[in-house]
Amino acid sequence: MIPLQGYLVIAAVLFVLGLFCVMTRRNAVTILMGIELILNSANVNFIAFARYCAPDIQGHVFAIFVIIMAAAEAAIALAIVLNLYKRINSIDVDEVDMMRG
Amino acid sequence: MATNMPADMVTSLVLILLLPLAGFAIQMFFGTRLPRKGDWLSTGLIGISLVLGIVMFIRTLGVFDAGYARQVHWPWIDIGGFRVGMGILFDNLTAVMLMVVGIVSFLVHLFSIGYLHGDVRYSRYFGYLGIFSFSMLGLVLCDNLLALYVFWELVGLSSYLLIGHWFEKKSASDAAKKAFLTTRIGDVGMFIGIMILYAKLGTFRFDEIFAAVADGEIGGSLLTWAGVGLFCGAIGKSAQFPLHVWLPDAMEGPTPVSALIHAATMVAAGVYMVGRLFLLFTPEALLVIAYIGLITAVMAASIAIVQTDIKKALAYSTISQLGYMITALGVGGYTAGLFHLMTHAFFKALLFLGSGSVIHAVHSQEMPDMGGLRKKMPVTFWTFLVATLAISGVPGLSGFFSKDMILGASLAFGMEHSSHLIIFLLLLVTAGVTAFYMFRVVFLTFLGRPRDEERYAHAHESPAVMTIPLTVLAVLAVGSAWGGWFQALVVKPELGQYRTAAVAPAVPGGEHGEAHAGEHHEAVHDETTIPDALHADPEGHETHVAGGDHADHGAAHRAHQIAMITSILAAGLGILLAWLFYGRRLFSAETVRRRLAAVHLLLSKKYYFDEIYAVGVVGTTLWVSRAARAFDTHVVDGAVNGTAWRARGFSWFIGLFDNTVIDGMVNGVAGTVTAWGRQFRRIQTGKIQNYLLGLVAVALILAFVRLVRGF
Amino acid sequence: MTGHVLSWTTFFPLIGMAVILAMPRNRPNLIKWTAAAASAVPLVLSVWIFVNFDRGEAGLQFVERVPWIRAFNIEYFMGIDGLSVPMVILTALLSFLCMFASWNINKMVKGYFALFLLLETGMMGVFCALDFFLFFVFWEVMLLPMYFLIGIWGGPRREYAAIKFFLYTLLGSVLMLLSMIALYLMHDPHTFDMTRLWTEYGVYGRTFQLIVYVALFIGFAIKVPVFPFHTWLPDAHVEAPTAISVILAGVLLKMGIYGMLRISYPILPVATVYFAYGLAVLGVINILYGALCAMAQKDLKKLVAYSSISHMGYCLLGMAALTPAGMNGAVLQMFNHGTTTAMLFLLVGVIYDRAHHRDIEGFGGLATQMPVYTGIVTVAFFASLGLPGLSGFISEALVFLGAFPVFQTLTIIAVIGIVLTAGYILWTLQRMFLGTLNEKYKSLPDINGRELFTLVPLAIIVIVLGVWPMPVLDLMRRSLGWIAEMAQRV
Repeated sequence: MIPLQGYLVIAAVLFVLGLFCVMTRRNAVTILMGIELILNSANVNFIAFARYCAPDIQGHVFAIFVIIMAAAEAAIALAIVLNLYKRINSIDVDEVDMMRG
Repeated sequence: MATNMPADMVTSLVLILLLPLAGFAIQMFFGTRLPRKGDWLSTGLIGISLVLGIVMFIRTLGVFDAGYARQVHWPWIDIGGFRVGMGILFDNLTAVMLMVVGIVSFLVHLFSIGYLHGDVRYSRYFGYLGIFSFSMLGLVLCDNLLALYVFWELVGLSSYLLIGHWFEKKSASDAAKKAFLTTRIGDVGMFIGIMILYAKLGTFRFDEIFAAVADGEIGGSLLTWAGVGLFCGAIGKSAQFPLHVWLPDAMEGPTPVSALIHAATMVAAGVYMVGRLFLLFTPEALLVIAYIGLITAVMAASIAIVQTDIKKALAYSTISQLGYMITALGVGGYTAGLFHLMTHAFFKALLFLGSGSVIHAVHSQEMPDMGGLRKKMPVTFWTFLVATLAISGVPGLSGFFSKDMILGASLAFGMEHSSHLIIFLLLLVTAGVTAFYMFRVVFLTFLGRPRDEERYAHAHESPAVMTIPLTVLAVLAVGSAWGGWFQALVVKPELGQYRTAAVAPAVPGGEHGEAHAGEHHEAVHDETTIPDALHADPEGHETHVAGGDHADHGAAHRAHQIAMITSILAAGLGILLAWLFYGRRLFSAETVRRRLAAVHLLLSKKYYFDEIYAVGVVGTTLWVSRAARAFDTHVVDGAVNGTAWRARGFSWFIGLFDNTVIDGMVNGVAGTVTAWGRQFRRIQTGKIQNYLLGLVAVALILAFVRLVRGF
Repeated sequence: MTGHVLSWTTFFPLIGMAVILAMPRNRPNLIKWTAAAASAVPLVLSVWIFVNFDRGEAGLQFVERVPWIRAFNIEYFMGIDGLSVPMVILTALLSFLCMFASWNINKMVKGYFALFLLLETGMMGVFCALDFFLFFVFWEVMLLPMYFLIGIWGGPRREYAAIKFFLYTLLGSVLMLLSMIALYLMHDPHTFDMTRLWTEYGVYGRTFQLIVYVALFIGFAIKVPVFPFHTWLPDAHVEAPTAISVILAGVLLKMGIYGMLRISYPILPVATVYFAYGLAVLGVINILYGALCAMAQKDLKKLVAYSSISHMGYCLLGMAALTPAGMNGAVLQMFNHGTTTAMLFLLVGVIYDRAHHRDIEGFGGLATQMPVYTGIVTVAFFASLGLPGLSGFISEALVFLGAFPVFQTLTIIAVIGIVLTAGYILWTLQRMFLGTLNEKYKSLPDINGRELFTLVPLAIIVIVLGVWPMPVLDLMRRSLGWIAEMAQRV
C-alpha cells in the first residue's frame, strides 16, 4: 500500500507547480489554472488524511466542498476576466495596476 | 348624618341658602338675555328665601325657648384621620340673623332696581347680590369653623366683586382690591386660630369645640391665642382697628351695596362670629376684644365728625358702631352686642339707602353740594331722620334699647373692675359724638338752604321702588326692638350645657359651689384672676334682662339705670350741639376748625392710617418682592448662568489645549504616518503577482523560523 | 384589553405618533385630528380606570409584569395605586386638551404632534412604572421631546431656555441614575423592583439612606422645582408654546413630588423622617419666595410660572408633615394645581394670540372688551389664590391643617403666603382687566369656541372639586395613608 507520504509529496508537487504558475504567468486564464492546481493539491491532502488519519467522511465532504467552491470561483473569476478584457482589451495582469499606491 | 332637625326644616333651610345661589348662576349665564335683564328673577328668589326665613322665624317664636337649637350634619371630607362635615345649626341667633339678612337683602334688591336702572352690568350686579346673599346666609347657617371660614371668604369675594362693580374707575378697583386684601390679613389670623383648635381638638364643630372647652381639653394661653386668632378675622371683616381702612374706601361700590354689605350684614359677620364662638374666648381674649372695639368706636366716631362725603361719614359711623358691638361682646354683654347688631342692621341700611336716594337725586356724594333737600325729598328725609334718631339713641327707637344695653353692660363691667371703667366712659362719649355727627349729616343734607342751586333744581324724590324699602326699614328701625323678644330669645350660652356627661362628675369636689361661683370658666382657668368677675358680673346683667334672678341683680339694675340716664343725656347733648353748630349756626364750625387746625387735619387725614400702611406695609411688600425678583434673576439665576459661563470658559480653555497640545499630537501622528505612507506606497505596485510573491516569501520565512525554532 | 389597560394608555400615543409620521406633511388638519384621536384614547381609558379603580384598596392595581432584561433583573412592571391614578387622569386630560390648544401651530406640524405624543407616552409611563429602571427610561423619554418642543416651537429665546431646561433636568437625571444604581447594587439580590425595595428597605444603612435621599431629592427638586433649583422654570415657561407650558406646569412639575412620594419616601424612611423638617422649610421658602417673585413680574406668563413655584411649596409642606391631611392635601394640591395652572397658561395663550405680548401693564380694562374671557380668568385666578368653593382652597386648607400640628411656626409663616398670593393675583386682575379699556384693544375679539373647549372642562373640574373634593380624595386616601406609614417605619 502506498504510504501517506506519497500522497503528500504528490500534493506538495502539485501545490508548488500551481503556485509557480500563478506567480510567473502573465495570462489571467493561466493564473486561474494555477489556482485550480493549488486547490486540487489541497483536495489530495484532504482525502489522504481522511483515509489515513481520521477514517470518517469529513475529509471527503471538505473535498467535495472545495470542488464546488472551485467551480463557483472559476465562474466568477472568468466573469472578472471577461470584464477585464472588455475594459482594457487585454488579459495581461501586468497591465492591471490601477490599485498602485 | 347626625341630626335632630325635622326634615322639612332641613329642606326649608337648604332652599333659603340655595335660592340666591341659583339666582347668581342664572344671572351669570343668561342674565342679559332675560326680560328686564332678570332683576325680577333675583329679587323674586331672594324674596322666596325671605318668606321661608320668616316662616322659620315664626316657628322659633312659637317655641320661644332660649335654649332652642336644631342641628343637621353631613359628612363632607373624610380621608381617614381627617374628617370634616358640613352642617346647619339653627338656633334663635340663626333665626334672627336669617331674618335680618333676608329682609335687608330683599329690600336692597328692590332698591337697586331703581338705583341701578340702566347700568351697564345690571344683570351681573344682581348676580353678585345673589352670591353675596348665598354666602351671608351660609355664614349664619353653618355649624362648624371650616364652613364658617368658607363662607367668610365667599362674602369677601362678593364684597370684592360688588365694590369693583364700576371697575372702570381706578378708585373703585383699588378699593375692591384693598377690601379683599385687608380682610384677608385678618383671615390669616382666623385660619391660624382654626388650626390651633383643630390641632388640639380634632374637630371644627361648634358644639364639639364648646364641649371640649367645657371639659377642659383645651385651655390657658393656647385657648387665648386661638380666640385672639379667630378674632383677627373679625378685625378684618368688621373693620376694626387696625384693619378698618378698607371700609371707607369700599364706599366706591354702588350705594345699595354699601347698605347691604358694608353696613348691615357682612361687616357685622365679625360680630356674629364673636357671638357664635363666645364660649371659647377666654377672659384675656375678651379683654383684647373689648379694647380693640373701644379703640375702633372712639377713633371712627372722631373721624366721622369731619367727613364731607355723606357715604364716608356713614362708613365711619358704621365702623364706630361695629366697635360698639365688639366692645359689648368683649365686656361680656353677649345679648347687648348681638342686639345692637340687629338694630344697627336696620337703621344703618336705612341710612345708606337714604343717602343712596339723595345721591341718586343730586348726583353727588359731597354734603357741601346738598342742603335743603327736605322739601324735595320728603320720604327720604323722614325715613333718614328716623334712622338718625335711632342711631343717636333717642328713647323709644330700636337703637336706644340696644345701645343702652351695651352701655349698661360696660358700666357693670367697669363697676366690677374700676380700672376698666374707662370703657364705659369712652363709649358714653362716643354715643354723644355719634348723635352729633349724625345730626350734622341731617342738617347739612336736608335742612338749611340749598348750597348748590343747580343740583337742587334737578333733585326729585326717588321712585316708589326705592322709597318703599326706606319706609319698611324705617318701621323696623323704630319698632324692631320693642317687646323684649330679642333679649328673651338670644341669651348668653353657658359652657355647662356643653359639658359632656362623662366628664362632668370628674370635676373635683364641691361641684355645687363651683357652679354657684360662675358655673364654668373657673373650673378650667382657675389660675387666672380676671375670670371671676368678668363672667360673673355681665352674666348677672344678662340674666337680669332675661328675667332670671341672681345675687348681683341689684347692682346690675343700678348700672342699667345709670347707663340709661347718661346715654339719654349724651345723645341729647350731641343733638343739641349739632343743632347749635349746623341748625341755628350759633357757633361757626369754620371757626372751630381754624382753632383746631392740627386736630382737624389729623382727623380729616383719618389719623394717617392709609399713608402709614401705604409706606409701611404695601411699600415694604413691593420692595421685598422686587428684591426677591432681583435676587432671583441676579443671584440664583446668576449663579446658574455663572456656572454655565464658567463651564463655557473652562471649555474654551480645554478647546485651546485641545487645538494645540492634543490636536498637535494627533497631527504629529498623522504627519508621521503620512511620511511613512509615502515610503510604503512604493510597495503598492498594484500588481497582484508582486503581492503574492511577498506573501509566499513571508510564508516561507515563517515556515523556516518555525522549522529552526522547533515545534 | 382590560388586563393591559395601563400599557394601552401609555403606548397608544406612540401608535398615534407612528401613524402621524407616516402621513404626508402637507395635510396638517389630518395630522391634528389624528393626534387628538390618539390622545383621546388614553383619556377614555383613564376615565375607565377612574370608574373601575378599587377605592378601598391601598395597594397596586391593574398590574402588568413581564421580564424585560433578565440579566439585570429588569422587568416591564406597570401598576397604579391611589398616588398615581390622579396623575394618570390629569396627564390624559391635559394632553387631550393641549392637542386642541396647539391647533394654531403652523410650523412643522407633523414633528410637533409626533413629539407631543411621544411626550405623552413618557409622562404616562413615569406615572405607571413600578420598576425603577423602567421609570428612569420613561423619565428620559419625556425629556427629549420636551427639549425639542421648547427649542423649536418656542419664543425668541427658545434655544437658551431649552438648553437650560435640558441641562438642569439632565443634572437631575444623572443624580437619579447614580442613586438608582446605588440602590440596585446595595440590594441583595440586585433588583429594580420598587415593591421589593419598599418592603426590604432594611438593607440600606443610615448614612447610605441619607446620601441617596439627598441625591434623589436634588434630582426631583429640579423638577418640582424647589428653591434654589427653580430658575429653569420661568425661562422654559416663558419661551415654550402655550400647550407645552401647560404640560410643563400641569404634569411635569408633579413628577418631582410624585417621585419623592413613590421612591424616596417608602425606600428611604430613615432619611425621610430625618429631612422632614428641612423639606418643610424648603416648602415654606417656595411658598413665600415664589409669591414675592410673582408679585414683581411684569410678564404675565412669568407671573404664572412663579405662582407655580409658590403653589408647589404647599405640596412640599404638606408631604413633609406626613399626616393624613398633609399628605392628601399635598397630592390633591398637585392635581388642583395641575388644572388651575393649566387654565392659567391656556388663558395666557389666548391673550398672547390676540395681543402678541404678555406685558401686564400693557393691557387694562379688558373686562369690558372680553367679558367671557375675564370671567374664566377670574375663576382661574381665584382658584389659584385659594378661594373657598374652588379647588385650590381645599388642598391648601388640608396642607395647612395637616402641617400645623407638626410644624407650628413654619405653618404660621406659610399662611402669610395666602395674603401675598391674593395680593399679586388681585393686582394683576386689576391691571389687566379693570380700569378703562386700552384704546389699542378696542377690537380684540373675545375667546373663541375652540379655546372655550379647552378651558371649560378644567373650569368645571375646578368648581366641582372645590365643592365636593371626595372623588379625588377617595382615590388616593388609602394609598397615601400607606405611604405615610411606610415612611415612618423607623
